[in-house]
Amino acid sequence: MASNPKIIVIGGGLAGLSAVIKIAEMGGHVDLFSIVPVKRSHSVCAQGGINAAKNLKGEGDSTWQHFDDTVYGGDFLANQPPVKAMCDAAPGIIDLLDRMGVPFNRTPEGLLDFRRFGGTLFNRTAFAGATTGQQLLYALDEQVRRYESEGKVRKFEHWEFLSAVLDSNRVCRGICAMDLRSMEVRTFPAEAIIIATGGNGAIFGRSTNSVVCTGSAQSALYQQGCYYANGEFIQVHPTCIPGEDKLRLMSESARGEGGRVWVPKIPGDKRDPLSIPPDERWYFLEEWYPKYGNLVPRDIATRAIHKVVYEHNLGIDGKPMVYLDLTHIDRKILDRKLEGILEIYEKFVGDDPRDTPMKIFPGMHYTMGGLWVDFTQATNVPGIYAAGECEYQYHGANRLGANSLVSCIYGGFVAGPTALNYACNLKAAPGNGYFDIERKRQEENNATLMKSDGTENPFKLWRELGDLMTKNCTVIRYNKNLQETDAELCKLLERFRHINLSDRTLWANTSVVFARQLYNMLQLGRVIAQGAAMRDESRGAHYKPDFPERDDKNWLKTTKATFAPDADEPKFEFEPVDVSLIPPRPRRYDAVK
Amino acid sequence: MAEKKSVLLKIKRQPNPNVRPYWEEFELPWHPGMNVISSLMEIAANPVTREGKTTTPITYDSNCLEEVCGSCAMLINGRARMACSALVDKLEQPIRLEPFSKFPVVRDLAVDRSVLFENLKAVKAWVPIDGSYDLGSGPRMTMEEQEAAYPLSRCISCCCCMEACPQFNEDTGFVGAATISQVRLFNTHPTGAALKRERLAALMGDGGIQECGYAQNCVEVCPKDIPLTRSIAEVGGDVMKQAIGDLFRK
Repeated sequence: MASNPKIIVIGGGLAGLSAVIKIAEMGGHVDLFSIVPVKRSHSVCAQGGINAAKNLKGEGDSTWQHFDDTVYGGDFLANQPPVKAMCDAAPGIIDLLDRMGVPFNRTPEGLLDFRRFGGTLFNRTAFAGATTGQQLLYALDEQVRRYESEGKVRKFEHWEFLSAVLDSNRVCRGICAMDLRSMEVRTFPAEAIIIATGGNGAIFGRSTNSVVCTGSAQSALYQQGCYYANGEFIQVHPTCIPGEDKLRLMSESARGEGGRVWVPKIPGDKRDPLSIPPDERWYFLEEWYPKYGNLVPRDIATRAIHKVVYEHNLGIDGKPMVYLDLTHIDRKILDRKLEGILEIYEKFVGDDPRDTPMKIFPGMHYTMGGLWVDFTQATNVPGIYAAGECEYQYHGANRLGANSLVSCIYGGFVAGPTALNYACNLKAAPGNGYFDIERKRQEENNATLMKSDGTENPFKLWRELGDLMTKNCTVIRYNKNLQETDAELCKLLERFRHINLSDRTLWANTSVVFARQLYNMLQLGRVIAQGAAMRDESRGAHYKPDFPERDDKNWLKTTKATFAPDADEPKFEFEPVDVSLIPPRPRRYDAVK
Repeated sequence: MAEKKSVLLKIKRQPNPNVRPYWEEFELPWHPGMNVISSLMEIAANPVTREGKTTTPITYDSNCLEEVCGSCAMLINGRARMACSALVDKLEQPIRLEPFSKFPVVRDLAVDRSVLFENLKAVKAWVPIDGSYDLGSGPRMTMEEQEAAYPLSRCISCCCCMEACPQFNEDTGFVGAATISQVRLFNTHPTGAALKRERLAALMGDGGIQECGYAQNCVEVCPKDIPLTRSIAEVGGDVMKQAIGDLFRK
């Protein structure tokens, strides 16, 4: 039994930092690993807010309503007990963040203000301007810095996780990681590890995700024996600003504050949008979904925009874009509640959205699937825990807006204590030779990449991967295309063997790091494509025109992929969903649920 | 038919801290919507200089690409700013990219800015809560108080203010505007104020707030328009008051 257990946390976004805070508070020691300084983690990109049924608007909201909205919004694919526990914990989490100093917007009485978000009829979303994720991350970062200065937390920033170190009984005993400056590969012992490495947007090339969101860590663990669940569920956010380097998110809060989505009724209408009279505009979301209007869940809004652009041919100027219009809202309100996102549009597009409607289009945004975990955030490999976007647990087939921040923090708050408890009761390892074995395996991987003198540029291969996945594995899915995608992924994996790193130096070499990530992206891409091909139904974000209905009889199941090392490909099994609290019912947003 | 437009970049390269830097030039085909980061990505996919010489991809820090993580700060045409929001069409060419000059270079455009995080530790830039368990809601705040705190809390730790500051150098050891502004943020928070004396004490003496020379470059370059000079003035006043008080208490 370990008297002074050490936990390694990988990833310093909201989930990782939440776990760190709990462990440090309970007297455990943490080594915190992150590719970027933790204050620069992807959680900063979350804009609109965080959900909690505080019921401060006299609407009769309750944590049960939040739970029901979340399960319904996720099309009944999420196991219900942990979702309920999260919704019950959410009001306390908001209070804690408030005490940590998050500058949440206030009401005239000085209480927390709440706004509406998609998939609910309640004002349930607390927010700090339109940079809520940034403000939440900073609050947790500050508390972790406090523990760091007390010697309870050691940070390893600019280090990348490569793999878990498993003993001869397949129990996790630590990690293998690489210093992104010296390129040194090292192992670090720990009684338990918590993975909090976010989503996998980079598999789709351009997305709203940050550069580090490659899914590489999850993929490495999947290849080491962790289950990867519901990989086929990828959220495409309806309102993004298309860009050369990334798709920038235009928060759902823009619609929560009254923003309206429309297109000109005349195809290819060249007029200035403001000069188009109201009766020549088509507010298609409001027409199709009168009750929820512009605040239908993201999968619904995304498919509606696709339909208007590709079936009705009504994209602005014939291009794949629709208007998101805030120009009818008072500028002062916009500045107070949405400034952060308006600034992004202004800086990156050059137009002021207070004066002219924004041009937006759907883009890959969120990874509902992820490492399989049980209700205590434990993966199937003893000693490996996961929390945040990298695991699959809380959002089912579609995540509701402003639920990601709460799921990250809640998941971290569960994972921290359970990992520490496990660590305290862990039996001694059988020897320790596997540390050297794992380090050598990873050093050999690096050496092979460095030596490889083929002709393939990893950054070009990545672009091909992104185009392929975006085309076939996002909004609309056909089995033929999905099967072709998997075949293409195999070809890309073959081409990967003929890679040529244009940089072979041994200091801050970003090419070798990226090549390693790319390999893991390709392996995880196959889990996504094959999982999507198998699931012959439509549920939440997973939509097949050939199977347009939800099929609870055959597919009310969690997809679990395991890596078969000999065949070098995923194997699938399916697990029933725990629907013990809310019986599944049809999901419709054109009427009150 | 219009001439094919291109984009010219001049990038300062330094493979590691122990060798001398040199310049390389790149010419990329222009397309609409380019920014400095997308140009650097383009170079990574085809690392060939303008002269046709094969080279290595550029090492630089980046993450969110929407100017909220603070990673990709560098000198662009001599000015400290974020590379993601530096739109190519708005920049004079050739676009000169250099690493920050006042921080140790790691490689190429990547520098080590950990000094800021150390400074934040030194001034205890946090709210000292009793614990993360459920203790009820936080202190009430007026809308005005929230609106004063929020802009300060948007600091992305990019260090542009420090790079641009003439006083931020090895001789003075000045902490820089970002840290001072965080002191203001936490000192004005009802619970954060518990550590006010310690924070102000940390800003006294060498490298403290009195090193500020009022050049106002910080507020000029801040990508988040944080009222840094106002923060320096307010915290400076508090430090002064505390210093005088301490004198009388001795």
